[in-house]
Amino acid sequence: MHGQAPSIAPRVAAAGEAAISIERVSKSFGGGEDIVRAVDDVSLAIRKNEFFTLLGPSGCGKTTLLRLIAGFEHPTRGRLLLDGQDISALPPFKRPVNTVFQNYALFPHMTVAQNIGFGLEMLGKPRAEISATVDRMLKLVRMEELKNRRTSQISGGQQQRVALARALAPQPKVLLLDEPLSALDFKLRKDMQIELKRLQHETGITFVFVTHDQEEALTMSDRIAVMNKGKVLQIGSPRDIYDRPAERFVANFIGDTNFLDAELESFASGIGTVRLPSGARMNASLPVDAAVSNGKVSVVVRPEHARLTRDLASAALKGKLDTVVYFGTDTHYHLKLASGEPFMVRQQNTRDGAAAFAAGEDVGITLSDNAVQVLRD
Amino acid sequence: MAETTFSAGLLPDDNAEHVARAAEQASVRTRWALSLPSLLIIGIFGIVPLLVIVVYSFLGAAAYGGVEWRFSTDAYVGFLFQKDIFDDTLHFAPDYLQIYLRSFLFALGTTAICLLLGFPTAYFMATRPPAQRNYWVLLITIPFWSNLLVRTLAVMLIIRDEGLLNDGLIWAGAIQKPVIMLYTNFSIVLGLFYSYLPFMILPLYASLEKMDFRLVEAGFDLYATRGKVLRRIIMPLALPGIVAGCMLVFIPALGAYVTPLILGGGTHLMIGDLIGQQFGSGRNWPFGCAQALILMAFVLVTLTLYVRLSGGKVQQHG
Ligand SMILES: Nc1ncnc2c1ncn2[C@@H]1O[C@H](COP(=O)(O)OP(=O)(O)O)[C@@H](O)[C@H]1O
Ligand SMILES: [Mg+2]
Repeated sequence: MHGQAPSIAPRVAAAGEAAISIERVSKSFGGGEDIVRAVDDVSLAIRKNEFFTLLGPSGCGKTTLLRLIAGFEHPTRGRLLLDGQDISALPPFKRPVNTVFQNYALFPHMTVAQNIGFGLEMLGKPRAEISATVDRMLKLVRMEELKNRRTSQISGGQQQRVALARALAPQPKVLLLDEPLSALDFKLRKDMQIELKRLQHETGITFVFVTHDQEEALTMSDRIAVMNKGKVLQIGSPRDIYDRPAERFVANFIGDTNFLDAELESFASGIGTVRLPSGARMNASLPVDAAVSNGKVSVVVRPEHARLTRDLASAALKGKLDTVVYFGTDTHYHLKLASGEPFMVRQQNTRDGAAAFAAGEDVGITLSDNAVQVLRD
Repeated sequence: MAETTFSAGLLPDDNAEHVARAAEQASVRTRWALSLPSLLIIGIFGIVPLLVIVVYSFLGAAAYGGVEWRFSTDAYVGFLFQKDIFDDTLHFAPDYLQIYLRSFLFALGTTAICLLLGFPTAYFMATRPPAQRNYWVLLITIPFWSNLLVRTLAVMLIIRDEGLLNDGLIWAGAIQKPVIMLYTNFSIVLGLFYSYLPFMILPLYASLEKMDFRLVEAGFDLYATRGKVLRRIIMPLALPGIVAGCMLVFIPALGAYVTPLILGGGTHLMIGDLIGQQFGSGRNWPFGCAQALILMAFVLVTLTLYVRLSGGKVQQHG
């Protein structure tokens, strides 16, 4: 195994080509009554040089999916391709993929430098090259001074950096990161988020990042796959996921959302007309890749895409202000709609505070033209 | 007391220092008082018998066992030399040294086999689901429930010429006449291995069970093959258990008494039997005591070397 991380069919990569294709992969644990479908018929393609995030609540199968890519688990069904080659049956040490483990899993009997050099050593690289790469990695993660420390003698944040350097040193095709920041405190986590983006940019390696933190996912990712109960519900850019959630779970999991029952009256080429409970008709975006039909639908409106108004006549929705919560940068208004549903509006605060509304007021809500998103159900 | 403590805060340093010193002295006294029982036990059961052995080893042997109260180094001289019956000159006689060498090799072999077979066993146990592990530990400790002598006799019954093993092999047609196993080096090492295997498995299990198996995955992730993961990650992390297990097998195996006696048939003596003889048929107590001390010194030297070689590595990631 001389040379690169075990290479698989060197092919010229076109931009946007898939680094990893996951094709209808399922992974179950146990059997019979107690069967756990940790990953349930998942298909997705991760592009080259992409910062791809698996986002979902605890227990939704993110780690299992990552372990399937790394080779620690083998799919019950389906197959995994890396650079177009089926790797489903390869053991982890034959996959040019490295992992940053959730608990870092640094080798306690080795120094920082030995940890970072381990992968290269296992690949049989010459000593001089290992030493040079280790130094380069130490510099990359800004840990030069701690080179000869034992891993038990460095802080959590430093261990995190060593784990990153160790996984990056063999120059894998894909770097897998399983909630790497969850053990860090707030400040350090913010720093490391920036650091990770920088590392991804500088190394050009495809990152597959796992988190249950929606904000982290939104700020860091090129694309996000939202998972629940072993299934991938939606894949898209942070903007897509946030602005155009495909279903209730996604809308609910990411950010604050208002759900309304509405009626789809007509639709054409991605845009439909819905009738809101108030009777108002609005244009609405349709779910990206799902068929819809006229009739009852659920729609979502993000709180910051709605505005309060005292001009009740022109308002799309009407309601009574329940509570007003001031947040400095913005204010959250919680209303009860005339139809009985709760609704929240988030409005940015201005210095003159002209548009302040008070609890108990009857107010109207105006929606911008593309604020309404129809969910697939 | 309360008063001094109070004023200590107000008055200059020397008073505070005085109070602190008094408190420290008091705590030293309590510490000594508390450790007195253990010191007594160590003294009565450890140091006094050892002193008796040291003193006896420098006395003369009485004709029918026991000692004669006169200073003599015969016991030590007799270890390496034989007195000529005619002219009292000393000749170098390596008979006893040979017994030591044999014991050392047997103990070493036993330790190696125990490690070789104990490691996979312990690894298997440590990788069972947590709820299952205690049953495996229980299984390993079951032999301790019966007497060593009985277990050794059982081994004898199995491997003797008309034993279970030979009868079975003859019945199966694998051999025509019994393979002689009993009263050979093989039978002794087999007996030692069987007796001391749990002492290897348990410390190995203890250190493997503590090990974070995610490190093994990290190894695989970083292109280490199974053999490399074993050598570069699992073994170094299990080193404290390996060191402890080897000591727990090697030391008692070196001084084993019952096993070589029964399975060696008196022809393949080990140190333990040599010492035992001096207090029985040999009727040479000083020589027995001297042997016991030489064995101790031998163990001490071996262990020091062993710890020098392996201990440094153990400490590094303690
Ligand atoms: N080795 C395993 N054996 C049995 N069940 C498992 C195993 N690994 C994961 N699971 C189950 O699979 C589901 C998904 O787990 P996981 O992938 O760890 O979720 P996440 O990382 O999103 O929190 C959970 O219900 C978990 O209990
Ligand atoms: Mg997880």
